[in-house]
Amino acid sequence: MFKKKECVAMLLAGGQGSRLYALTQKTAKPAVSFGGKYRIIDFPLSNCINSGFDTVGVLTQYQPLLLNDYIGNGLPWDLDRTFGGVKILPPYQGNTGADWYKGTANAIWQNMEFINRYDAKYVLILSGDHIYKMDYDKMLDFHKESGADCTIAVLDVPLEEASRFGIMSVNPDGSIYKFTEKPKNPDSTKASMGIYVFTKDKLQEYLAADAANPESSNDFGKNIIPNMLGAGEKMMAYPFEGYWKDVGTIQSLWEANMDLLGERPTLSMLDESWRIYSRHGAESPQFVGKDAKVINSSVTAGCEILGTVKNCVLGSGVTVEEGAVVEDSVIFENVHIGRGAKVSYAILDANVKVGANATVGESRESGKEIAVLGADVTVADGETVPAGAMISEM
Amino acid sequence: MTVAGLIFSNIHDANIPEMTRRRTIASIPYGCRYRLVDFPLSNMVNSDITNVGIITHYNYQSLMDHIGNGKDWDLARRSGGIKLLPPFVAAYENAGANKLYENRLEALMGAVNFVNRCGADYIVLSDCDAIINIDLGAVVEDHVKSGAYMTIVTKKLLDESYHFSQPVAVLKIGEDNRITDLEDRCPEAGNVTVSTNIMVISRTDLQIVLQEAAARGLKSFHKDVIAKNLKKKVIRAYPFDGWYSPISSLEEYFESSMRLLDADVRRDLFGNADRQIYTKIRNSSPTKYAEGAEVKNSLLADGCVIEGTVENCILFRNVHIGKGTVVKNCILLQDTYVGSNVQLNCVITDKNVVIKDDRMLSGHQTMPFFIGKGEMV
Repeated sequence: MFKKKECVAMLLAGGQGSRLYALTQKTAKPAVSFGGKYRIIDFPLSNCINSGFDTVGVLTQYQPLLLNDYIGNGLPWDLDRTFGGVKILPPYQGNTGADWYKGTANAIWQNMEFINRYDAKYVLILSGDHIYKMDYDKMLDFHKESGADCTIAVLDVPLEEASRFGIMSVNPDGSIYKFTEKPKNPDSTKASMGIYVFTKDKLQEYLAADAANPESSNDFGKNIIPNMLGAGEKMMAYPFEGYWKDVGTIQSLWEANMDLLGERPTLSMLDESWRIYSRHGAESPQFVGKDAKVINSSVTAGCEILGTVKNCVLGSGVTVEEGAVVEDSVIFENVHIGRGAKVSYAILDANVKVGANATVGESRESGKEIAVLGADVTVADGETVPAGAMISEM
Repeated sequence: MTVAGLIFSNIHDANIPEMTRRRTIASIPYGCRYRLVDFPLSNMVNSDITNVGIITHYNYQSLMDHIGNGKDWDLARRSGGIKLLPPFVAAYENAGANKLYENRLEALMGAVNFVNRCGADYIVLSDCDAIINIDLGAVVEDHVKSGAYMTIVTKKLLDESYHFSQPVAVLKIGEDNRITDLEDRCPEAGNVTVSTNIMVISRTDLQIVLQEAAARGLKSFHKDVIAKNLKKKVIRAYPFDGWYSPISSLEEYFESSMRLLDADVRRDLFGNADRQIYTKIRNSSPTKYAEGAEVKNSLLADGCVIEGTVENCILFRNVHIGKGTVVKNCILLQDTYVGSNVQLNCVITDKNVVIKDDRMLSGHQTMPFFIGKGEMV
């Protein structure tokens, strides 16, 4: 049942995403909602199928229930295949012991058997932390043509932000001669996007050596890439141009959602040639009431808007009652905002209930922080949640 | 006890010629994102009827495309699931008994193999020309408990807003909900009981009906199967008290669609979490409301881009409303593109219609202006 595949994609989806605090208490970061009807993992999964990669292993570890449900058999991404398709790969008990995934490299090492079943010549390593549209097939072609052992996708970032990323120093021919994780004084602006193509045999060789080293933290960025560079393997930087955003923080997640709005959004979901697929239920159409106001916003099926919504991204099944005002906010699915309530500059996770005349957050102009309510949190009638609050239901 | 379903996809095609020129009545788009067949199909699935045959006649490409393998209704099953039942027609002249069916009974006879092989104890029959969210499980249970020969879901029409431009089965109901009379006619509005054409009958009884029909050349299900048997056999009514909206003309389609703007109607149709209406998933992006958008009292699907004013409208997926445009009391089907500074009132556009900048079009509530599929104004 295992047809040979030239390249297998491995999607690292086990991360907790602890910087998203309340939003990742109950779910893994790749399953965090984005843009109203998507989740972060929809982007790498859709990129895979749009690039013609039909065999994807998803490595899960932290809070996998929702993620497992969500991916299911892979149907929404056309990845329910007899040969290949999407497979969830949780940590498991082997005959010599049982281990959690100790690091990104270790997670792949523990699943070499999955890759080898397909007799893959190349392995594409992805993470479930970023919002971007990318043709991985072009990157694979680049890898093959350059004869590299490893190709790392890089993005030009502003120099002042470079110290937040893993920075590649690159020769004129595109080969990498130095890699520094979060450098204090960056000497290049080429940031690693956390997307790697490896020639499988080389990858297996370095993962084996890494696994044998008890001192290693079993991480691609900290161990495998520096080790390969040190040994003089051919490492290439694949330049990517276009929208790419790490949504690892509350601020960046909010910003990426806002990138969908405006007349010429920096991130458009309307592009039919590179669709982002998602799993969604049988929501009825969205209704906008006779006294409602919806301005510069993105609204999804199942919403019922009777109040005012301005500069917002609304997930499916959100209700905004009469007299309620929601501004500059990202609202996840099935949130209920009561009569006369005011929600400003906030992120509300799924199933949050904001009582009548309650206040959440402060206007963006106040210069204060984003207020965040985790899944299932209830704000009582008339209650006030201050700006910058981070509340999650335990 | 097992139950199978049979859906007639074409019976009333002639009623809405504007919209059925290139599709079956079953695949007429309705309510922003649905097609008429979604209602009987979802009703069946929600009542655990997962062996469903859809009888087709002609023009059923759009229906096949919509249904696919049935996955979106959770009916892609190894055992049971959805089966499209195209007519069995000999492709030569003098086809005799194999000619294309002309009535409900002949249509059923074409599905005789499905009936014989479905293995179900009971069969639920349903049309596609009415909007209804009904618990069919309760209907079947009532039918079994009563021991009746047949049970027909009926609707008492008190509402003045029902107009019938086509004959329907008008029923008289006696004691213990027994149907005593059936008459095919156009009822006056108000205080009549009509058949919804949703019926339950045991599989064995249906097999006998089909054998007799073949042997005696019976033609009419209403006259030869129901009306003739009213005295001999117990044919019961199952009165339905939810929202029921038959669609037998373009005006009725318009009126019925507009009723969806009523919160009570929406609650009745879409508000029950255990009885959701399913449809083919199209993966549209969320709908975008621009800075200058003004939307009031409207129902919208995903994938729209709204830059102008929309009032009392039903917008299907991927509709575009340009700047300075004012659209009122309209039903705009999937992929309708309305340019800038356009004014529309009481207009129905079929799929892929383009209205260029600065156009002004108006129909009336009682006579909506219809623009056919793919046309450009």
